[in-house]
Amino acid sequence: MTNLDVPYLVLAGGLFAVGAFGLLYRRNPLVMLMCVELMLNAVNLTFVTFGRMMNDLNGQVIVFFVLVVAAAEVVVGLAIIVAVIRRRPGASADDLKVLRG
Amino acid sequence: MVAALVAQAGAATSTIPSLSGAPAASAVTTAVPGTDPNAINTIATPPIDWSAIMPMVVLFAGAVLLITVTSLMRRKPKGFYAAWTIITVLIAMATAVPLWARVQGWTDIAGQTAFLGLEYQPPFFGPFSAVAGAVGVDGFTIFATFVICISVALGALAADSYLRREGLEGPEFYVLMLISAAGGVLLASSNDLIALFLGLETMSIAVYVMAAMHLKRVQSQEAGMKYFVLGAFSSAFLLYGIAMLYGATGTTNLIGMKNVLSATIPLNNALLMLGFGFVLVGLGFKVSAVPFHSWSPDVYDGAPTPAVVYMASGVKVAAFAGMVRVFVVAFGQYAADWQPIVYALAVLSLAGGAVLGAVQTNVKRMLAYSSISHAGFLLMAVEASNGVGTSALLFYLAVYVFMVAGAFGVAALVGRQGDGRHSLDDYRGLGRTNPLLSASLVVFLLAQAGVPFTSGFLAKFYAIGAAVSAGSTYLAVVAVISSVIAAFIYLRIIVAMYMSEGGDGGAELRPTPEDHIRVPATAGFGIALCVLVTIGFGLFPDTLTRLSEQATPALVEEVTPPGSGQATAGGPTGPIAVDPTGGGSPGGATGAPAGGPGG
Repeated sequence: MTNLDVPYLVLAGGLFAVGAFGLLYRRNPLVMLMCVELMLNAVNLTFVTFGRMMNDLNGQVIVFFVLVVAAAEVVVGLAIIVAVIRRRPGASADDLKVLRG
Repeated sequence: MVAALVAQAGAATSTIPSLSGAPAASAVTTAVPGTDPNAINTIATPPIDWSAIMPMVVLFAGAVLLITVTSLMRRKPKGFYAAWTIITVLIAMATAVPLWARVQGWTDIAGQTAFLGLEYQPPFFGPFSAVAGAVGVDGFTIFATFVICISVALGALAADSYLRREGLEGPEFYVLMLISAAGGVLLASSNDLIALFLGLETMSIAVYVMAAMHLKRVQSQEAGMKYFVLGAFSSAFLLYGIAMLYGATGTTNLIGMKNVLSATIPLNNALLMLGFGFVLVGLGFKVSAVPFHSWSPDVYDGAPTPAVVYMASGVKVAAFAGMVRVFVVAFGQYAADWQPIVYALAVLSLAGGAVLGAVQTNVKRMLAYSSISHAGFLLMAVEASNGVGTSALLFYLAVYVFMVAGAFGVAALVGRQGDGRHSLDDYRGLGRTNPLLSASLVVFLLAQAGVPFTSGFLAKFYAIGAAVSAGSTYLAVVAVISSVIAAFIYLRIIVAMYMSEGGDGGAELRPTPEDHIRVPATAGFGIALCVLVTIGFGLFPDTLTRLSEQATPALVEEVTPPGSGQATAGGPTGPIAVDPTGGGSPGGATGAPAGGPGG
């Protein structure tokens, strides 16, 4: 383990936190989607860093799996956002309040 | 990853000593890295035991073929999609039967006979791992597979008439449900955290679409959006947790993790604990445990009701199965560390589900909160972290699927055209207009309340027994109290159906003959089946109890049959899986692709 890699873990943690807070704070559906991507990529960075620290290639291979999943998620997320925006142009997450109880 | 997994699977020590003549330790190395100049170009793919993953393959192939065939057919017979889905599911279950026979060691069936015309001779009996240790096949997996398949069939029965009524007829719903089920089966059988993640995502992404499927309803889109955002949020947490567990143990394979953790004290305990926490957050979202439940009433309310039939049953089963695999089976020795979190989640879910559900006026939301309360019971069985808890969980899941699918199946019919009439007022007088339908809803609600002679009673009884067996007496007390409060939810619906005049809200709605709901044959069949099973397992639970007790989870390293040409060499298992010197030792043979860059 080299300590040189630790800053990357910290950076990844920071990115993850930025993504998480952004998702909770921002109301634009597209920005929320970007925040999810940021979180997933922060995890990717974590995987790569751990893989490097332990001299293990698995950490880097996992990133490909995550990328594929993230791509699939974006496809579905964008489709849902498009369906919502078509119906209510300019809708933000605050406009989604039909379901209450 | 795959190649390194093989190396680890070979080195892992068996946790179940039932494998007679397991050749793992005596496997020979066939390739010496360093001598082959093209080593970097050859990827040692693991041998794939197709029979082990056949239920998944069948479900997925059924989905792909369904969408292909229907795009080629000019006119489809009525009910074609649902029939296809149910047949696919039945085939998937049929392929799981020989696996069960093999795992349980039924030599008279799997020993020397042919299955579907194929000579099938398993190399050994007992639980096993396949696909480089990424997929585990044990009684637990197969039981969960069966339950997930059943929930898909019930979802298809509810969806058939619903989609036609709503003008949404098409193969997509069924295709998504089958793909989601394939993901769920992978999640329930994953022996590797990456397989777990992939299974969870395959399952969830399809369900996001199903929730947003009813394009004419604003509520459905909103449900899809909320489910997607919170689902993606939770999967990111789960993945971050996996990354931390990987950092703490050096592998994503549950077998490898277990071995690493039992052999050494991890260098970084904080990472391990954070990993547990994050993975629990991710899975807690999926099982809608309080405080991660906020999406579920909205999604259950807004999503098309047949989608909820599947979502509330199949998705929950798979998520709980994944939770047991990770926490009870792989990290059982660290139970003292994760049990308090699950304990807290269970208490919060039990109390929160019952109390919040009691103040609802929308039946679908009430059922959503009641399913949160059920999640509390299931978490209680997980918290026990022993064999009693696991079989209690499986029993609960198996009967829960029928109760919840039946209840939402009735809701799909009562919602009528537009799927919007779900308030308590819409259920008033149902007892007179539709005696059979309301009587079956009463059965499901009483079963969910845990009334004796229904399957729900025994399910709750076993779950509470599991908590007591693990010494969590206070948790059991909370469960009993919360089930009393939750009974109020169910009784409110029953009262609304049978005593519509006066009381409980006021609104005096006299049912007219036009209020009679026509029950389509498929939906009626599905509901009748659920009633039969709910009462049947309440009166004669022995078979299911025995099955759930036999369905024990196991983590067994992969054993390659001798002479298959694949080397399961004993590679290093520590946090450093690849020899930093370039894999010079014969031990790292199958780690060649991994070791390549270092050399």
